Amino acid sequence: MLADLARFFGKTRSSNQMAKERLKLVLIHDRSNVSPQFLDMVKSEIIKVINNYMDVDEEALDIQLTRTRSEHGDGVVPALVANIPIKNVKKCGK
Amino acid sequence: MGEVIVITSGKGGVGKTTTTANIGTALALGGKKVVLVDTDIGLRNLDVVMGLENRIVYDLVDVVEGFCRLKQALIKDKRFEGLFLLPAAQTRDKTAVSPKQMINLCSDLKEEFDFVIIDCPAGIEQGFKNAIAGAEKAIVVTTPEVSAVRDADRIIGLLEANELRSPTLLINRVRPDMVRRGDMMSIEDIIDILAIDLVGVVPDDEKIVVSTNRGEPAVTDSKSLAGKAYGNIARRLLGEEVPILDFESDSGFLPMIKKLFGLKTT
Repeated sequence: MLADLARFFGKTRSSNQMAKERLKLVLIHDRSNVSPQFLDMVKSEIIKVINNYMDVDEEALDIQLTRTRSEHGDGVVPALVANIPIKNVKKCGK
Repeated sequence: MGEVIVITSGKGGVGKTTTTANIGTALALGGKKVVLVDTDIGLRNLDVVMGLENRIVYDLVDVVEGFCRLKQALIKDKRFEGLFLLPAAQTRDKTAVSPKQMINLCSDLKEEFDFVIIDCPAGIEQGFKNAIAGAEKAIVVTTPEVSAVRDADRIIGLLEANELRSPTLLINRVRPDMVRRGDMMSIEDIIDILAIDLVGVVPDDEKIVVSTNRGEPAVTDSKSLAGKAYGNIARRLLGEEVPILDFESDSGFLPMIKKLFGLKTT
């Protein structure tokens, strides 16, 4: 109970929370058979293309290899997940 | 034509052998013809967990090397109608068998049995490759620990790379009291991370130690919660819809875990 209260006030994190976070990080590494250099290359190419249309926050751009449930429901497929914060959309299309 | 299911985990000591023994026994109690195959050559243990260690004459390596016929190496479990064990060799190593030989062995066993349950050794080397070679389905065993979940993730990747699509997950040694305290990952946490379907959850149970001491699978003990969980998993393998953790217990354990895992009372 005391532990719950302490947690409520943000003093300590529960150990299962820590386990989950640590696992997620370690699995990102384990799952990507590709080198960090490879991912950096992909990242810079993606930025190059997207920059033609919008300004993105290059510092905050996050790209990872992960696994996700297939949409057809038959198992799990590898996925490239990119989180690209947009700063501004260029109006060159109009 | 039977079904070949491999029980694997990557990490050692998470309960592969116990799982193999209990699911196999439960399937046999359900009227199926079942053979348990120990592929942990050099470190065999399924024989002692099943209490059949004194009846071994020939083993898996003798069969694949042609020293005996398959029928001669199969140990019939006299306690359970339709249950057989093919033990591993103890004085050889994993290289004594090849994946090709395992494929042939599994297809022979499939002719005779409804279920061929393969107990896989720990690790991802030759022993693992042999164990999965002839399998059509895989059950990945893990416990709610970082190391076991990490290894399960690796094994899932390797199974999929080897055409064993859609393995299912068995979470072993769950302690509801610790989950409630926030000191153990919950079922949801683990499924969220591994992104595969759940075949069952087995609570941590002292009776497993007792049953291993005796060489009698826990599914035969009506008081064992783990035994009940294994019985439910066998029923799911037979195509029955059994809710996760639906123990018919009067101890108050059932309502507690149902509440804990957010399951509605069924």
